[in-house]
Amino acid sequence: MHGLIMVFGAIMPAFVGLGNWLIPMMIGAPDMALPRMNNWSFWILPFAGSILLSTFFMEGGAPAFGWTFYAPLSTTFAPDSTDFFIFAVHLLGFSSIMGAINIIATVLNMRAPEMKLMDMPLFVWTWLITSFLLIGAMPVLAGAVTMMLTDRNFGTAFFDATGGGDPVLFQHIFWFFGHPEVYIMILPAFGVVSHIIPTFARKPLFGYSSMVYATASIAFLSYIVWAHHMFLTGMPVAGELYFMYATMLIAVPTGVKVFNWISTMWRGSMTFEAPMLWAVSFVFLFTIGGFSGLMLGIAPADIQYHDTYFVVAHFHYVLVTGALWSIIAATFYWLPKWTGKMYNEFLAKIHFWWAVIAVNVLFFPQHFLGLAGMPRRIPDYSLQFADFNFISSIGGFAFGASFFLLTYIVIDCIRNGKPATARPWEGAKGLEWTLEPKAQYHSFNTPPSRKLIEAESQNS
Amino acid sequence: MERKKITRGFWIKLVSAPILMFAFAYAMVPIYDVFCEITGFNGTTGRIESEQQYVVDEQRKVEVSFFAMTMGGFPVQFGPKVHSMTIVPGKFYTASYIAKNNTDKTVIGQAIPSVAPTDAALYFKKLECFCFNKQVFKPHEEVEMTLRFVVEPELDKRIKDISLSYNFFKLEE
Repeated sequence: MHGLIMVFGAIMPAFVGLGNWLIPMMIGAPDMALPRMNNWSFWILPFAGSILLSTFFMEGGAPAFGWTFYAPLSTTFAPDSTDFFIFAVHLLGFSSIMGAINIIATVLNMRAPEMKLMDMPLFVWTWLITSFLLIGAMPVLAGAVTMMLTDRNFGTAFFDATGGGDPVLFQHIFWFFGHPEVYIMILPAFGVVSHIIPTFARKPLFGYSSMVYATASIAFLSYIVWAHHMFLTGMPVAGELYFMYATMLIAVPTGVKVFNWISTMWRGSMTFEAPMLWAVSFVFLFTIGGFSGLMLGIAPADIQYHDTYFVVAHFHYVLVTGALWSIIAATFYWLPKWTGKMYNEFLAKIHFWWAVIAVNVLFFPQHFLGLAGMPRRIPDYSLQFADFNFISSIGGFAFGASFFLLTYIVIDCIRNGKPATARPWEGAKGLEWTLEPKAQYHSFNTPPSRKLIEAESQNS
Repeated sequence: MERKKITRGFWIKLVSAPILMFAFAYAMVPIYDVFCEITGFNGTTGRIESEQQYVVDEQRKVEVSFFAMTMGGFPVQFGPKVHSMTIVPGKFYTASYIAKNNTDKTVIGQAIPSVAPTDAALYFKKLECFCFNKQVFKPHEEVEMTLRFVVEPELDKRIKDISLSYNFFKLEE
């Protein structure tokens, strides 16, 4: 349930929210293209979330098979509340698909007529590509849970070997969705960071077009590497080799991105306001997660790492210090534009250092636990793992507590913040900064001119 | 310049993409079956119709081990008669499994085979096997079930050991 809530209830809605707020401003459009569909997409979320959370209070308990819900654990051996979980996943999928359709329609149709595709800011680019991943991957998840539903209630046997099905098939279908899904959660983060780093380095983004192509190649590759999550299901050596090499290949476009961010910072006039602190630590910590991902991608090494805390440490580095970090960075970066007021920089810096230390205390020891052999998804563990788990727990509580401060900073900004200027960051580029300090619900009723677009483009 | 309008064709494309991908999830079921059959992926064993002649190298030996499992709730005792055989690739052999129904009811079951290593699965061919059909076990009856198989000489020379395992499932009582 933790994984499901964080993936479908936290990271994805947060990015869709950022996209809905920022994309129209960034492409010189008045608003999103399909307001009614957007309404649906949004209002499904609280209902789907409530259905999912209500399973905690049901007889037999909430679904207890992790966000990967492998069959037969989720079919034959699952609690009755699993059917609520299936319905919730259907709804969340609908919500994401509609959000994605809306973003594609907005970017391709509502863009300022003078704006070419290669003028678009990277956040828009990454979201456009993410939307294509969403409409490609989410329906496959819907298919997987529908098969689960019919297996559980209507006597089909997609994943039941007794009836000629195959539980391993579930893993193939799930990861065919699951791998694009992890890029759905990180590509918009790449976009956010590609805005913040040039702003505070006071230099144009290094390699704009290579960033676009790298994003597109990551998206393409994400569809053909899914079985690297399944190295231990008994694949032929040829299969393991293919999925291993294809996985390694993803490191190339990702490396291009990290290289571009670092080159953007190189010899820039850097200052370290809160958004920049989050963005720089994103580059550093996400890359740690990327490297542990490479280690996991090596088929023979994965035999040792598979299903251990090393995996837990890996995906928390990419999702917490990756995706979540960029969401917090984006919040500080665009908060003046949303509220028309400035947040308290001093408190924001304290919050940053608090969170960044806590998160490393929380997740770094989990690498060691995993290498020492502590498995994932166990209710209790051997005594020799107790010390590192103790350290990890301290980090966990400290990191959790940091969010009280974040909430306070945001509320304090809305209530008592000093008025912000239209362009509160001197190095910031982008059409959104040409609007009034607090952006109105409808921006750019008259499309921006070619001159303005060129002046604010990242591609220059 | 005017802003673009969202055309009908654009709508159709956008909405049909998710529908097609949903259908694709279902299409993966038969695709996966065919893929496993062709490649031996996932330990799927092959089947041949008649005893054909292979070029046999009498010197080459491969050890085949037999394993048996039953799924929870299957009340029949089930195990191989001989635990392993040394065979020559290209020759046909017969192996047997013993099953005993310890209950007072008739049990119907189905065995699912799997071969490891998976690279050997493609060359492990069965002429007859109790796993081709569902098996009926009368109360307190002990039966011997046979399979006739061949390991084709195309098998990778590096593979010296093959294990064949069966997992029995209850179909109905």
